[in-house]
Amino acid sequence: MIDTELKVTPALAAEHGLSPDEFARVRKILGRDPNITELGIFSVMWSEHCSYKSSKVHLKRLPTRGALVVQGPGENAGVVDIGGGWVAAFKIESHNHPSFVEPFQGAATGVGGILRDIFTMGARPIAVLDSLRFGPITEGQGASHAEVARNRRILDGVVRGIGFYGNCFGVPTVGGEVAFEPCYSANPLVNALALGVARRDELFFARARGVGNPVIYVGAKTGRDGIHGASLLASAEFTEESQQKRPNVQVGDPFLEKLLLEACLEAMHTGAVVAIQDMGAAGLTCSTCEMASRGATGIEIDLALVPQRETGMSPYEIMLSESQERMLLVAEAGREEEVLRVFRKWELDAVVIGRVTPGGLLRVLDHGRAVAEIPAHPLAEEGPVYSRPLAPPARSAREESLVSFAAEGADLTANFTKLLAAPAIASKRWIVQQYDHMVRTNTVVPPGAGDAAVVRVKETGRGLALAVDGNGRWCQLDPRAGAMHAVAEAARNVACVGARPIAATNCLNFGNPEKPEIMWQFSQAIDGIAEACRALSTPITGGNVSFYNETLGRAIYPTPAVGVLGLLESDAHALSMAFRAPGDAILLLDGAGPAPAGAPDLAAMCREFSSGEYARTIHSLVAGAPPAIDLAAEKRLIDLLAALAPQGLLHSAHDLSDGGLAVALAESGFASFFSTAALGADVSLDSTAPAEWSLFNERGARAVVTAPHAALAAIERFAAQYQVGLRTLGSVTQGTFRIRSNGREVVSSPADALRASWAGSLESALSAR
Amino acid sequence: MKFGVVVFPGSNCDHDTQHAMGAVLARPVELIWHQSEDLAGCDAILLPGGFAYGDYLRTGAIARFSPVMRAVTKFANSGGLVLGICNGFQVLLESGLLPGAVLRNSGLRFVCEHVYIRVERTDTPFTSAARPGQVLKIPIAHSDGNYFCDHATLRDLERNRQILFRYVSPDGREAPEWNPNGALAAIAGVINRQGNVAGLMPHPERAAEAHLGSADGLVILRSLVDTLSRREQSAAVAERVPA
Repeated sequence: MIDTELKVTPALAAEHGLSPDEFARVRKILGRDPNITELGIFSVMWSEHCSYKSSKVHLKRLPTRGALVVQGPGENAGVVDIGGGWVAAFKIESHNHPSFVEPFQGAATGVGGILRDIFTMGARPIAVLDSLRFGPITEGQGASHAEVARNRRILDGVVRGIGFYGNCFGVPTVGGEVAFEPCYSANPLVNALALGVARRDELFFARARGVGNPVIYVGAKTGRDGIHGASLLASAEFTEESQQKRPNVQVGDPFLEKLLLEACLEAMHTGAVVAIQDMGAAGLTCSTCEMASRGATGIEIDLALVPQRETGMSPYEIMLSESQERMLLVAEAGREEEVLRVFRKWELDAVVIGRVTPGGLLRVLDHGRAVAEIPAHPLAEEGPVYSRPLAPPARSAREESLVSFAAEGADLTANFTKLLAAPAIASKRWIVQQYDHMVRTNTVVPPGAGDAAVVRVKETGRGLALAVDGNGRWCQLDPRAGAMHAVAEAARNVACVGARPIAATNCLNFGNPEKPEIMWQFSQAIDGIAEACRALSTPITGGNVSFYNETLGRAIYPTPAVGVLGLLESDAHALSMAFRAPGDAILLLDGAGPAPAGAPDLAAMCREFSSGEYARTIHSLVAGAPPAIDLAAEKRLIDLLAALAPQGLLHSAHDLSDGGLAVALAESGFASFFSTAALGADVSLDSTAPAEWSLFNERGARAVVTAPHAALAAIERFAAQYQVGLRTLGSVTQGTFRIRSNGREVVSSPADALRASWAGSLESALSAR
Repeated sequence: MKFGVVVFPGSNCDHDTQHAMGAVLARPVELIWHQSEDLAGCDAILLPGGFAYGDYLRTGAIARFSPVMRAVTKFANSGGLVLGICNGFQVLLESGLLPGAVLRNSGLRFVCEHVYIRVERTDTPFTSAARPGQVLKIPIAHSDGNYFCDHATLRDLERNRQILFRYVSPDGREAPEWNPNGALAAIAGVINRQGNVAGLMPHPERAAEAHLGSADGLVILRSLVDTLSRREQSAAVAERVPA
């Protein structure tokens, strides 16, 4: 007999975020009214965050299979084969709302959560990347002083939080990306990606097995923090009262998580662990019912046995707590002592709180008295699924204003210098030096040195490359094309460091899915990701959806962040973006082919150019359409770069993205600063297109590479074989930066002057009071 | 010869230090658990970087009370070689095995980057492989590395030549812009008066392979290996010489 202290009414169900239909479904599954604890359990499991009820029907369209995929979506992380008997587990996840309410702890626990997802699989985390979005951190273009000050505080808290957690835990934060748009002022994005490695035959899964096996709770004690983090914080829009949700944000302890990591890996090695799942969103509720559901068993636990941080917690609170650094595992009956001994060694709580049972029921007791009895499978897997209405947003009838190009021969040096200082393009050193990016001594390409981060796998001698990319502005203008660009850019970045892209993970940040135009954006973006992932052979192995990124009814730009993992046969093949020697030839590789069709017509150019970083920074304009995308061209370029890497012919490689060719050249020069003096470039662009277009357009499928002249013939042969266009633009120089377009000099500056603009911009914005 | 790397709860450079000594320098190396008072016959003890006991209270403040530190203190007092790296240095400062303390970085932020340090003396077991005044490129990664001590201690350190490493420019000049954490007198590492216990904030084990950015850390780690080799050789010679 289940006790019902508080009468559950439809009104109370509505307060828990359950619709009348969903409440009816709960009653049907149970065959009766739920009690308050059961209502709480259903409300978190069926929240958007945990159930994917609005996204499920669309996510099915993503390609998830591939020759190297060991585990696709549905487990704690995706797993791919990286050779030599080893696998990589990786996944990206959002922690957006907590990071707005409490930036430091929100970001810190975001990192903590994704790390647990990785070591739950039996993999040791070896790298973290972050994809971050904030509102403007410099005044002007409509950003007020107060707004800018708040955005700086949020960024500062997020960066400190990420560093606090990763640095102490001992995982290097090796890269990522950050962008700034007004739409993120009241809803910043914090997406954390973690990568781990394990022996292929030592992977663990979250599937309860073996009736009678003990269920063991390990790690931190349960407190009242984070209750309803998943349902009320992550699955609703922000309103004026949202700051009152601070108690819903969890508090992180990276030291405890480090102990948990070591203890879990050691316990797994005893051979006595049958299954394991971390307690993240929806805590004990999610871990018990998902393990039971996946294993087609039941689970019975007694809450009186759960280690508790405070007294007087109700079953409702214990089941819904999102206290961090906790794990639930199933051990082999009779061998529990082997497991408990390991956790005692690491001075962590470890308690048998229940058993695996037959029959598929999640049964929760409190001092032996039943407080919840729910069939696990319907709870975990048979939640509501919605095909929500879709509708493209109405385009405003008035004619869009687009950029017009500067007159032929105009000096673009000043604009170029200003562009390099734009926060999206400027040096991120102020951020990355607050992250330990070297711990574990595997970081071959550190943040900022290459297009992707590269970490070696000591055990196999191979290298893993990771990049995460997304362009919310382009997705706002065209979600399908924008999402395709996100995949293409991440894959291109991975190829530029010499790796072959093998798999992807995605974090889909969108507004309120109950609005048809948001759902349309989502559906379009899924189609774009699916098409690009198929074309580039990077199946999606996992990820996360974050809806309700809205404040006071205004949504963020649709922002899919795509992480692509690449494999290098040897970590010695890794290539940085830095120019290496004066006199080296600068080449432009163009996947569009040996004889590109030429520049598009002027109207198309204006439309595309209006959506780029140059238009935004110089003309305060966000309009037009993303660049046309050619996935076959992207694939050719990627294949060529991956084939060139082991040849050792190239000295540097850098793809063209924000700010186009001119910015790519400058960044390669700046990256040389730490090994040699700042190197420059002397290049000539022979095109009849406007100079601004030639310098700053952001079309994909292109990369700037450098090589010694002796290597040019061999590189040309490779390019011809892969049908990639190759043009010699000029050469690497010492100290000056010159670009000619159509025979006229359009940029001329000492490299140091350009570097000063780029290097100091973020720091001066963020150290300002 | 055998190296011991102490593992405190929260150490996170233990594997890296083990890798540098074992895989890169091919010397026997063993991990020593913080609860152990037995140093397993090791000839030199390395206290690695990380966040021992979560750095709660103060960096190294709890670690100094662990059982292994009783053994390390005894080992050090009998002339054994002890090197503390980053958090390990902080533990040695808290234990009183080295003079001084560290404060929060002057910039009040965690800093991870390559820095340049000058070897101030080469007649120690930790720097014997260095050229006099050699500048080493080695990374730091800490929030609390701002070395501090009182005037009298600083005077003693200078008089007794106990300042082992200083933050400098790539060409060996001392200047505020090349001091990453505000350390007093640009001190990056110190040695005890007896010359057998040293500590530094930079991570030599992270600068042990050129393709990770620098191999200059090997100058320090090799010095230890050379010292122990010399001791082994002279012990072997002593054995062969009849009494």
